[in-house]
Amino acid sequence: MLFALGLIGLLVRRNIIFILLSIEIMLNAAGLAFIVAGARWAQPDGQVMFMFILAMAAAEVSVGLALVLGLQRLYKTLDTDAASEMKG
Amino acid sequence: MPWMFYLAGAVAVAATIMTITRLNAIHALLYFVVSLLAAAVVFYTLGAPFIAALEVIIYAGAIMVLFIFVVMMLNVGERAVAMERSWLPGGIWVGPAVLAAVLFAQVVYLVMRGPGPEYPRTVVGPKQVGLALYGPYLMGVELASMLLLAGLVAAYHLGWRRQPEQESKETHFDERRTAVGRSAVRAGTDRPAGAP
Repeated sequence: MLFALGLIGLLVRRNIIFILLSIEIMLNAAGLAFIVAGARWAQPDGQVMFMFILAMAAAEVSVGLALVLGLQRLYKTLDTDAASEMKG
Repeated sequence: MPWMFYLAGAVAVAATIMTITRLNAIHALLYFVVSLLAAAVVFYTLGAPFIAALEVIIYAGAIMVLFIFVVMMLNVGERAVAMERSWLPGGIWVGPAVLAAVLFAQVVYLVMRGPGPEYPRTVVGPKQVGLALYGPYLMGVELASMLLLAGLVAAYHLGWRRQPEQESKETHFDERRTAVGRSAVRAGTDRPAGAP
């Protein structure tokens, strides 16, 4: 459910901040699935996988936000809501 | 205990729906923080308290603060004041506050009740997670550390070019500087010797 919502957000929105946010939602949903599976069989592997997802999300969001900053600087747009849309 | 799981899950789904339908980035981030807190409650009811703490600390703490910091940084200047004013009409805080109040009531209930017979059946504590993490998953830990190092270097490299542009605050320099920066990106010659 959360993964579907993140995918919808990723497909619908064209704002780059919201695209990154939707990717975070999808990562969180995948981690939730891992936790549920780990709780079902009472194994710690699911939580270990969630920690890996957490580290990957941290690295991804730092690089993604650096790219957002570079994009905004390059296109000289400060309004993220209206002007950060990339055509094409 | 199942009703807590379903209540927190409903809060998470509602907050996520509100997240992807907001127009303002700050409102969406506010709802997304509520969604992450609800996910933390879900993790706790599933018997993973360590991951619940990590979710609150790292996701809702560090990553969301990074998002908010970037969103606040993207609109600096006198436009930001008007934008802040338009962002904060009365009553915009009601939605996240209601959802967060539900979660807070759940946490208060859990704290006041203490470990009872209804405790989650199978609790996988931090000790087992740590043993598994540094036992069979040691190579994964090393790979994650390398990934974080690569992310750090990449973020530093991507943000490094902005430094000389920030010195000029005049708007009539902005056009020329943007053109210079754009051509320098293609040529890749705007770095002094020794820079990464």
